[in-house]
Amino acid sequence: MQLSGGSLLALLGREAATALGSSPRPDGGQGQAASAARQYAMVIDSRKCRQRPGCTKCLDACHQAHNVPYIEDPGRKVDWIWEAPAQDVFSGQQSPYIQITLKNEPVPVLCNHCEYPPCVRVCPTGATWKRETDGIVMMDWHRCIGCKYCIVACPYGARSFNFLDPRPYIKHLNAEFPTRREGVVEKCNFCAERLAEGKLPACVEACPENAMIFGDITDFHSEISKLLRARDTIRRKPELGTQPNVFYIV
Amino acid sequence: MRDRVWILAGLAVFVAVITLPAWTRLATLRQSRSPDLVLPANQKDCVLPASQMRATHMKLLLQWRDDVVRKDVHTFKAYDGKVYNMSLTSTCLSCHNKTEFCDRCHSYAGVSMPSCWDCHLDPRLAAGGAK
Repeated sequence: MQLSGGSLLALLGREAATALGSSPRPDGGQGQAASAARQYAMVIDSRKCRQRPGCTKCLDACHQAHNVPYIEDPGRKVDWIWEAPAQDVFSGQQSPYIQITLKNEPVPVLCNHCEYPPCVRVCPTGATWKRETDGIVMMDWHRCIGCKYCIVACPYGARSFNFLDPRPYIKHLNAEFPTRREGVVEKCNFCAERLAEGKLPACVEACPENAMIFGDITDFHSEISKLLRARDTIRRKPELGTQPNVFYIV
Repeated sequence: MRDRVWILAGLAVFVAVITLPAWTRLATLRQSRSPDLVLPANQKDCVLPASQMRATHMKLLLQWRDDVVRKDVHTFKAYDGKVYNMSLTSTCLSCHNKTEFCDRCHSYAGVSMPSCWDCHLDPRLAAGGAK
């Protein structure tokens, strides 16, 4: 097959668009989730969150539980959950009135554990995958080769790369959870290790306002399902078709 | 044939040097020494019989890793029927001391430490705040 310069560019553009998840419902790949028995999801009530300005309990609990290093350099920092201004979190959903309501308040953001995760589609080693039993987008650091393709693919910036050996930057080591090593990618795992013990995610448990509600959205009677039916929620960048499983009440 | 003496003397020195460790051991009457391992005080049984653990513990650890990380299976039924949580730090190291058991044997056998410890922590060291 011969490709002219223009058609080659068009082909590359289509491939890139698919990898970034910009088609409305990416077909096939490893991102399929139709067979998921359960689907864990989270609702973040940013109204409750705003009632405690400066509160970072969810961030601290998560980073403590998972040995996330504290690196000040913004180019090298590692985050599983962090706060970002509402105008950035919900970019594309802005109206002057929404901006007035939110006042650019910080909103907690984390991996969305998408129904169709672009990071999973691009991972060349299977180090990240969507778990069929509960829909969590998992990471296997044993298999991560640090190519950073998933970081490029994630439209939410939910993944961090360990440019440095993280251990010297961890204040209190938690021996029950591994650290990472230099050269691997990491992100929120919805506290899979805690769920296995029947516990709630660390951030959910730590929130003093109960602003984070976690559960199985395929269970019609779960608290999160009832909440999603009762309240209006929005998701980040819905136009990309990734179907995030983190919902926000604004 | 004038060099016969030198050749035989050289061969004798060569054989003496090659067999020196054996002579030294015979001279000191020392038995061959196994690694000086500190065994757990509170447990007698491991998840597999000791002979199997000695031979295949890395295979078992890799199996545990795949079961926990990839398959979300967390319990292991041992040969004696006991059920263990598949965890390097919480199960293995709750009995064994990494420095006095794992490291000593690997050092004795001349086997480099696997990359497990790049990420997994020794609870005893983590509690002291060390790396």
